[in-house]
Amino acid sequence: MEKSDAELIAAVLKGDAASFEPLVQKYLPRVFATARRYARRESEIEDITQEVWLKSFQKLSSFRGEAPFEHWLMRLTVRTCYDFLRSHKRNRETSFTELSAPETEWLDRFVADPSAASEDAAGAKQLIDRLLEQLSPANRLIITLLEIEDRSVKDISKITGWSVPLVKVRAFRARAEMRKLLAKIAKDKYL
Amino acid sequence: MKLDQLNQKLIAAARRNPPSDHVPYAFEKRIMAHLARSPKADTLGFWAQALFRSAIATSAIALLLCIGTTYLPTTETPSVTAASAELSQDFQETLLAAVDVNEMTDLNNPASEDADFTDSFEELL
Repeated sequence: MEKSDAELIAAVLKGDAASFEPLVQKYLPRVFATARRYARRESEIEDITQEVWLKSFQKLSSFRGEAPFEHWLMRLTVRTCYDFLRSHKRNRETSFTELSAPETEWLDRFVADPSAASEDAAGAKQLIDRLLEQLSPANRLIITLLEIEDRSVKDISKITGWSVPLVKVRAFRARAEMRKLLAKIAKDKYL
Repeated sequence: MKLDQLNQKLIAAARRNPPSDHVPYAFEKRIMAHLARSPKADTLGFWAQALFRSAIATSAIALLLCIGTTYLPTTETPSVTAASAELSQDFQETLLAAVDVNEMTDLNNPASEDADFTDSFEELL
């Protein structure tokens, strides 16, 4: 019979490190998927994932078991991703004049007829990825959690450790930065 | 260009294309190998660290108080000095109350006093 998360964690805390492997196997896809939201290169994604599991092993004693292990792990994952974003602040002052062919094509279609531009198109995905990369780490985190993952403010507060008012303030700023970037696209591309 | 609509479209595009949850081959083995090389889960680490920090802080406070009471000039007024002397006297009396009671008992028993006197006199002889 398969052991529960609580049983596995108890075994790890008693010194049986091998009991950690089933936990890794079970939640590794989720950690990878979350890391891929914040990093693009596969090597960076693997580094984030490895760091998450290393931290979770070292801090396992702080898991109190009040909430599911998955929630605790995802909080740790998001915070590790946020640390990654902050430590890898790239040059975000790029112009939107050099968009890829699919991005340009999608935008042209949108300008001609917004309803004709499909959300499933590769151009749209590339463009939103490009926009998210331009955002500050905090704004990117908020837009990802609030708008893309559709989480509540309270949920984001729990995940990030920020207070509810701070999440609201940062959400306001993040949306403002997003609008600013979209206006820049319009200006660079069509004016 | 309708920016709000563009924003909505792009957010919808991100929602419709969630990132892959693909795991590289044997990645869990790599993590376990990495964990085997790293320090083991420390259950008492948190408490040990907290107690060590508090021990340092309390030692520092105790040291400062020692220095303060030893070297700093006293600013006691005569009345304060008298009060502290009285307090120490009261404290001493309270502490030695039991001994005083025993002594009082012995004094009230002349026979024992006589016996002691006889013993010491015989020793002198």
